[in-house]
Amino acid sequence: MSGNQTVEAFRAELRGWLEDNCPQEMRDGGMSEDAICWGGTQWTFSSSAQKDWLERAAAKGYTVPTWPVEYGGAGLNREEEKVFHEEMARINARSPLQSFGIWMLGPALLHFGTHEQKLHYLPPIARGEIRWCQGYSEPGAGSDLASVQTKGADQGDHWLVNGQKIWTSYADKADWIFALIRTDTDAPKHKGISFLLIDMNDAGVETRPIKMISGISPFCETFFSDVKVPKHQIVGEENRGWDVAKYLLTHEREMISGGGAGLSGGGRELGAILAESAGEDGLTDATLRADAMRCEIDALAIGLTLERYKDQSEAGQGAGDASAMLKYMGTELNKQRHELLMNAGGSDALEWDGPLGNRAGDWLRTKANSIEGGTSEVMLSIVSRRVLGLPG
Amino acid sequence: MAKLVMTEDETMLADSARGFLDSEAPVKALRDLRDAGKTHDAALWNKMADMGWAGVLVPESAGGSDMGSAAANVLAHEMGKTLVVSPFLSTAVIAATALRQVSDARTEAALAKIATGDVTYALAVDEGTKFDPNAVQMTAKSDGNGFRLSGKKQFVVDGGLADRLLVLARTDNGLSLFDIPADRAGVTRDASNMIDDRDAARITFEDVEATGDDLLGTVDQAMDVLRPALQAGQAALAAEMSGLTAGAFGMTVGYLKERKQFGMEIGRFQALQHRAAHLWCEIEVTASAILHAGRMLDHDPENAALAVSLAKARATATAQLAVQEGVQMHGGIGMTDAFDMGFYMKRARVGAEWLGDYSYHAEQVAALRGF
Repeated sequence: MSGNQTVEAFRAELRGWLEDNCPQEMRDGGMSEDAICWGGTQWTFSSSAQKDWLERAAAKGYTVPTWPVEYGGAGLNREEEKVFHEEMARINARSPLQSFGIWMLGPALLHFGTHEQKLHYLPPIARGEIRWCQGYSEPGAGSDLASVQTKGADQGDHWLVNGQKIWTSYADKADWIFALIRTDTDAPKHKGISFLLIDMNDAGVETRPIKMISGISPFCETFFSDVKVPKHQIVGEENRGWDVAKYLLTHEREMISGGGAGLSGGGRELGAILAESAGEDGLTDATLRADAMRCEIDALAIGLTLERYKDQSEAGQGAGDASAMLKYMGTELNKQRHELLMNAGGSDALEWDGPLGNRAGDWLRTKANSIEGGTSEVMLSIVSRRVLGLPG
Repeated sequence: MAKLVMTEDETMLADSARGFLDSEAPVKALRDLRDAGKTHDAALWNKMADMGWAGVLVPESAGGSDMGSAAANVLAHEMGKTLVVSPFLSTAVIAATALRQVSDARTEAALAKIATGDVTYALAVDEGTKFDPNAVQMTAKSDGNGFRLSGKKQFVVDGGLADRLLVLARTDNGLSLFDIPADRAGVTRDASNMIDDRDAARITFEDVEATGDDLLGTVDQAMDVLRPALQAGQAALAAEMSGLTAGAFGMTVGYLKERKQFGMEIGRFQALQHRAAHLWCEIEVTASAILHAGRMLDHDPENAALAVSLAKARATATAQLAVQEGVQMHGGIGMTDAFDMGFYMKRARVGAEWLGDYSYHAEQVAALRGF
């Protein structure tokens, strides 16, 4: 069979499988915080359909379709992955599982982990059994992330970890945390950090949710007091954790930028949403309409840029520091988009859980987009230094 | 859909074009032309034709290389970098695309002459200050077997140098496109003294005779022929503007690295670093839109409207940002005629207006996206 026939055969098979296995209730394109399962030992399924969908997808490797089969994935190549997303979108299927394990730890382990680590940690992520959170930022290490102070003292067969992390997303709901820990206090700041995996149930780990301006608490403070971390729970080499972190930040930036650019593809068109909230006459406010057109043009072009970089990397042409650019452009666009949605909503958008649902909460949430995962200003500094070669 | 990656052939085409243009048409060529009071360099255009550029969109049957819009865009981009003056867009892209929509002995012969560089064209659409083909008022009244054309056109790019004109006029039940020699009786051309130092004209048509043979395509159905030609032209103009942007940006970043103030390179100042980095981000995003437009025109021309308007809108906005930042970051020197940045700014302004400005293309996008 030619490559094209192979892909089309896969499409036919997948379409049949989805028809048989994706519950009707999971075909509403739900994207809200709890519409898609996050997994983990604390997860409460919102319906039996959500549970069935996760289990059936996980059994086929479809929660992490591109991961190798032996680690819980379906081993799809890029063409098949594209077909997978197309077919999922065709029936408006919810993603069966989302998590930081899938987006971040998984890619890091696949790149830096040993075979044993991959076998041990990846399948429970793919099955939604273990939920991970990320321990990077500290009260004194925000944009200057490499200045982390949480210490891991070498005790022979383990490190004794003490310190505090902040902005750990969903730490209170996570089973494990991957964290940047200073294991050499004498080395230059980038060279004394290790990437450690820590069980949140260990004695000495404590979390405290932080209430945000959007009214919810997706972030926590996480405290470590004399937590023992066995030596085998390290990804990559000792004191080389910054390499892993940098690799992961790239993934995180691409993920966050996708939030803004997503509207060019599967997302609803901005104009349609605005017109709906503007009333039956459509978008009649000339200023709002002009802003929306500019926003739509930028969104479409950023969406094409994501596509171009994927095509380039597939063709073996490196995209360089493109992730910083995509993160910056995508998040700034998403903020603009939500400002427009608030304008269009007028006073209806000013009530918590009002006529427009959680529009205000969503708007406030986007303000973090250009802060988390590296601020817009850090992204611009990366471009300035690495792409433009400006002295710094 | 073809990938959004430059092919090997496209990269080679860009490299060879760059080599040729760096020696034959650096920015200094534009300056010299301007200082000599000229708006066109026929010798340069003949050399481009010898390289096959004039026939880039001419079918092989008529002696062209038929390389497609993406390739034409590659050439336009390289020309934009050094502000190359030529009738490439109006003749090799717009006229060639219009002519090839009609298959007959006359268009075949005209296309053959375009490919060899033996004929140049200009497109006469605008009548007011803004591009709006559907608002054309110029009349072409039926007269026996032919027509009588009366009206005024402005901003006819290359209208002074062109041998022939493609003229959009209103017939009994719609718009029609005429292909007539520029020296036909009743045609008066007044050169416009353009800020970008290039050829353009205001043209008056007084009872100009046109036969049925002068009609390109079907009467009252101009858009069948004109729409693809406009789209190819808009995409290539976007590509030229992205080249212009690259040229201005390269100068600006170079200046940030060498100009010293307060005892250090000004590129060390974060205020300037972030503005330059932001501009680079915009340039990258615009590049995707232009590549996409070329791919759509070559592989799915019926559905290329959104891609083309997106490319022209983005290219316009990015070029204007690049030249404004270019002048500002160069400081006073950027304001002088002796320095090249001003040439970039003035060409960006003309490119922004030609074939539809940002607002025009934003409205196209809005219509296609259901606003």
